Amino acid sequence: MSTGGDASALRASGLGGMLEVVGAHRGAEARDAVTVRSVTVSYGERPAVFAVDATFPAGAMTAVVGPNGAGKSTLMKAMVDAAPKLAGEVRFFGEPFARARGRVAYVPQRASVDWEFPARAVDVAMMGLYREIGLFRLARRRHREAALAALDRVGMADFAERQIGQLSGGQQQRVFLARALAQGADAFLLDEPFAGVDATTERAVIALLRELRDRGAVVICVHHDLSTLNDYFDRALLMNVRRVSEGPVAEAATPEALQAAYGGRLAQARAEAMAG
Amino acid sequence: MDVALFLGALALSAGWNTALVTVGAALLGAAAGAAGAFLFLRRRALAADAAAHATLPGVALAFIAMVWMGGDGRWLPGLMLGSAASAALGLWAVEAIPRRTRLGEDAAIGGVLASFFGFGVVLLTVIQAMPGGRQAGLDGFLLGATAGMLQAEALTIASMGAALALATFALRRPMTLASFDPGYAAAVGVNVRAVDLAILALALAVTVTGLKVVGLILIVALLIIPPAAARFWTERVDLTALGAALIGAVSAWIGAALSAAIPGAPTGALVVLSAAALFTVSMLMAPKRGALAEALARRRLSRRVHRRQGLLALARGEAIHDRDSLRALRGEGLIGRDGAPTMAGRAAAAAALRDEARWALARADAPGAPGMEGLRPIAEAFTPDEIAAFDARLGALRLAP
Repeated sequence: MSTGGDASALRASGLGGMLEVVGAHRGAEARDAVTVRSVTVSYGERPAVFAVDATFPAGAMTAVVGPNGAGKSTLMKAMVDAAPKLAGEVRFFGEPFARARGRVAYVPQRASVDWEFPARAVDVAMMGLYREIGLFRLARRRHREAALAALDRVGMADFAERQIGQLSGGQQQRVFLARALAQGADAFLLDEPFAGVDATTERAVIALLRELRDRGAVVICVHHDLSTLNDYFDRALLMNVRRVSEGPVAEAATPEALQAAYGGRLAQARAEAMAG
Repeated sequence: MDVALFLGALALSAGWNTALVTVGAALLGAAAGAAGAFLFLRRRALAADAAAHATLPGVALAFIAMVWMGGDGRWLPGLMLGSAASAALGLWAVEAIPRRTRLGEDAAIGGVLASFFGFGVVLLTVIQAMPGGRQAGLDGFLLGATAGMLQAEALTIASMGAALALATFALRRPMTLASFDPGYAAAVGVNVRAVDLAILALALAVTVTGLKVVGLILIVALLIIPPAAARFWTERVDLTALGAALIGAVSAWIGAALSAAIPGAPTGALVVLSAAALFTVSMLMAPKRGALAEALARRRLSRRVHRRQGLLALARGEAIHDRDSLRALRGEGLIGRDGAPTMAGRAAAAAALRDEARWALARADAPGAPGMEGLRPIAEAFTPDEIAAFDARLGALRLAP
């Protein structure tokens, strides 16, 4: 049976929608994007993320939004192998994560760090270069200069010698961003980069992310604030354990889609966004 | 204590054997400090203590096995192997119990530490009852006993110490990444679980090496006290590990020398006391992070706050009641005994008021920026041009209707 025959057979049996899905999957092997196919992650018995499909193209800033507990952070962790996938696959520029590691920068939520650790801002930025320096070789001056340059791009050059625990929350966030910059990545995955940061940091971070996007990087942010969704991002993935909608912000974040994702909590989410 | 002998041992001039033992102990101390630094940063000190106590049954069983096979039960490599085996078993139990049961890690550590150690003590009494068992000197492994150490044993300890220090240096990057931010480390491809095991394995190897020098009860102190002391001197992880290695080496050196001069005292106790002394000095005297430095900094800040408060009150013609403010002003000769301002005081008060207005403008220009409280001279934060600009704006304000 020819493919044309297959297509009309599917359509005839009312499964026309299947064709769109199949087509989308074939296109999803794009070399210049990050693709997520049918990813499922579970902690214990309940799935935290279920069969999520998404495409994050280069040269665009995509927000992952949804209510608390929607699995947004979990999805991102699963994408960078920091949480185990039950099913599905993720491709970075056509490669599995393990092979694309050098090109992907992950900026986690701030909570997992030990703040009393003896590390200055410049030391944290240098950590982004460890892959390049290698396990056993000595760090050269150009590595230190690259780390300082990365700090400068986030406006933290003056704080290079300050111990990380002595910085404000927003300043710490910027230092972690510098670490990701020092890595020289093509894809940036940030988990709630604007949560609880001061206005200066928010401005610095959004300017930097836009610069990265304009240079062709993939920028993906787990984002909590619906009120800034339209201003900051080009595309959005709405999810609540399952994918609800995806696409340019205006198309994906329609009132119906928001209602579907947030359910009864939409009013609360909006109120928080207004207040925040 | 024979002071001459102590000084001689310190200078490595009290005989070849003593010198070898002292150097070997110092190398062990360096390895303990370096490996212990990551144990300290990763907060796994107690797990290492459990592993150390779990070496005892292995030592005893190895002794019994070697005697049973017709040899001299005191062959150090054999005892080290036995100790490593039972310590590894203890570590496995410490990891497995919280994972497979509802018990927390502290319960697992306490249980393993006590039960393995108790079993070991019982085995020691069994050995005591064996023919020739009393000469085993195995209880030297509890608190360390370098007296009568063989040359071969000292060499073994020295070379293992050096090797472990090098291994720690080689693995420093993955260990740093995993200790600071395990989430990020996993994302850049570091096997965090393997690194955790490596950190514990290094600690275990240091424990086994240090059995004869420091003993299993006190080795955890040599692992933890040097990095804790080093932490007062630096904010960098590489310097923390290096400082810990240095402090560990010096403590062990002094302890071994003391042990040569005080025949009865256990080496481990002397090494640990030396380390504790260095820790106390660090805690008190380290610049910036030491207790003394912090107290002085707080006094300086308090003085500045009260001086400013007092001067502003003077400028506004308010009465000053705060005793600290009065003291600060009196100390600089800005007010007399009766509380009235002197000439210098009036000038200083006017200057303080003007600076306060300048700081107010600066704060309005950069809301939320740090360091704008007005506690340091404005000349430290702004150039003369910028200050002149502030003054111009203030002048314009005063002239405005």
